[in-house]
Amino acid sequence: MPQPLRPMDESPALRFLLVGIALTFLGVVVGLPVVAVFVEALRKGFSAYAEGIMDPYALSAIRLTLLVAAIAVPFNLVFGVAASWAITKFDFWGKRFLTTLIDLPFSVSPVISGMIYVLLFGVHSALGSWLIDNNIEILFAVPGLVIATIFVTFPFVARELIPLMEEQGTEEEEAALLLGASGWQTFFSVTLPNIKWGLLYGVLLCNARAMGEFGAVSVVSGHIKGETNTIPLHVEILYNEYNFVSAFAVASLLTLLALVTLILKRIIEARTAHH
Amino acid sequence: MAIHARNINKRFGPFVALKDVNLEVHTGELVALLGPSGSGKTTLLRIIAGLEFADSGTVYLDGDPMHDKDVRDRGVGFVFQHYALFKHMTVFQNVAFGLRVRPKDTRPSDEDIRDRVMKLLHLVHLDAFHNRYPQQLSGGQRQRVALARALAVEPKVLLLDEPFGALDAKIRKELRRWMRRLHDEMHITSLFVTHDQEEAMEVSDRVVVMSHGRIEQTGTPTEVWKQPKNAFVYDFLGNYNEFDGWKDNQGIVHLAETDMIEVNLPADAKKNAGWLGRYPEFSSLVGRVLPGLVESTPPVLPVQKKTVRKPTGGTPVKIYARPHEMWITKTPDKNHEYIAAKVVHINPAGPLIKLELERLGGQFLQVEVSQSVMDTYAVVKGDTLYVRPTETRVF
Repeated sequence: MPQPLRPMDESPALRFLLVGIALTFLGVVVGLPVVAVFVEALRKGFSAYAEGIMDPYALSAIRLTLLVAAIAVPFNLVFGVAASWAITKFDFWGKRFLTTLIDLPFSVSPVISGMIYVLLFGVHSALGSWLIDNNIEILFAVPGLVIATIFVTFPFVARELIPLMEEQGTEEEEAALLLGASGWQTFFSVTLPNIKWGLLYGVLLCNARAMGEFGAVSVVSGHIKGETNTIPLHVEILYNEYNFVSAFAVASLLTLLALVTLILKRIIEARTAHH
Repeated sequence: MAIHARNINKRFGPFVALKDVNLEVHTGELVALLGPSGSGKTTLLRIIAGLEFADSGTVYLDGDPMHDKDVRDRGVGFVFQHYALFKHMTVFQNVAFGLRVRPKDTRPSDEDIRDRVMKLLHLVHLDAFHNRYPQQLSGGQRQRVALARALAVEPKVLLLDEPFGALDAKIRKELRRWMRRLHDEMHITSLFVTHDQEEAMEVSDRVVVMSHGRIEQTGTPTEVWKQPKNAFVYDFLGNYNEFDGWKDNQGIVHLAETDMIEVNLPADAKKNAGWLGRYPEFSSLVGRVLPGLVESTPPVLPVQKKTVRKPTGGTPVKIYARPHEMWITKTPDKNHEYIAAKVVHINPAGPLIKLELERLGGQFLQVEVSQSVMDTYAVVKGDTLYVRPTETRVF
């Protein structure tokens, strides 16, 4: 006996068509390039692949990327928690402005934000010449990379936490204070456990972006091999030198990072769904 | 420990939340702050707790001014409407929280904490649930955990913000009776906020009625029910019917309605029919509203004319009467003024039958009568009844 259609069910043909369009699109736009990265990287065998990654310049790019992320991510974690806490738990003058400002890196092209730092710290600005006089290197050095990365990635944690903390309100914190807990005790034993999964999620996205950032970093880096090249910049250089196998080999590391991030994201989502 | 709030003022932007409020809760009392939403009752409670700050005025706990005291140092237990339990902690950890966050020198030992928490969980009948998480409990159980958690730090006063507001009707009744008993055992000074007049009446020693940031009346449940100070309190405490009336020069209140029934009697009716025949000394009261005087065996008399009564002197007033303070009959007598109204709905649930009546002018009346009155007159939907208030109130 044929089952009667429920109101929300479409005919099998239409369903097949819709699912087909979605899967084809994702396959072409996302799946194919991911496969292509690994195919290209392994085109000349595993030893060529390993050689591309073990190259001293590649290793230095990997080290630099890890260093930049290791500074930028904790910084944005602290900033994100502090900003979300301030925005959701207090009322203060300029709150709306701060909320809008947090979104700024999302709406500004990363290349432009890199340019702003070049203008700010460059030789032609007052600050830039003062820095040079005092022998402080920011532009075309590690500090510049860190600053640009922090700028591009700072909305991730705050954006994740603000709606979460807004939804949770302040009652549990008030209850903790009324029971005699100090501000720190309240934060670590009440607020943090409530936001930990959202926080982890934000950190994960922030980290993925920090390691993969190209535009802003490219402008402030100066592309000094072995010194100011991060992984994405190193990939570009290799590619422009027609060293495709090495370029794809190094790129495959970022692709792996993306895949690991996706898997962790799924795990976190499954965890939070239980709560 | 007594609570005093003196000359409390609080505004939120242009909105005046509290206006010169003075409140006193004596040691060991259980007091209800009763009012509609927006009346300022929760704001007052939060100011006493230290969660909100008054623009001016001072809160005293046991005579000590609190304006420079931190929330943590006030010794106040607080219960939230939505429990505010720590979601990631078990019932045991929730109740123990207030003891565990104490600085080392005043923190009880782990065994002491265990003893105290289990004793409290026993008090709120949740011993068996100490390992559960809040989301594994029902609303009533959660609120009992919240209460145990508040009591664990041995507060000097207990403040409860709509503690039963999020629970369904049956659990609510059970829990408030239980809270009343608990208070009788512990005698901790308690102040609780509610918008439910029945709850306030049932639980508290005294009721504080608030509206628009002001205290309208303070008194025992009997006082506010029997002697409401103004129309707001009267209105807020229950349903009522409203009539136009006037107060004559002797201070006697009359009904002045446009759809009243007046009955023509035979000349000797006063001597023969009903109680007025037997008690002629009351005949001077004819035409007035007589509180509490009820004709028990009304004479069967024809309705002869409908007249319009208009005030002939004195001042116009509003007359109020509760639904159960209404006398109904199908056979009006000459001795009273009646209002004719048609039965549009009968709600038989409860100890009194609730009738909804529609007057000739289209206004509705609420009347509550006993089953025996319904039987006497065989009232069915669509009947025309003659109604008058037996108790009246004028503000």
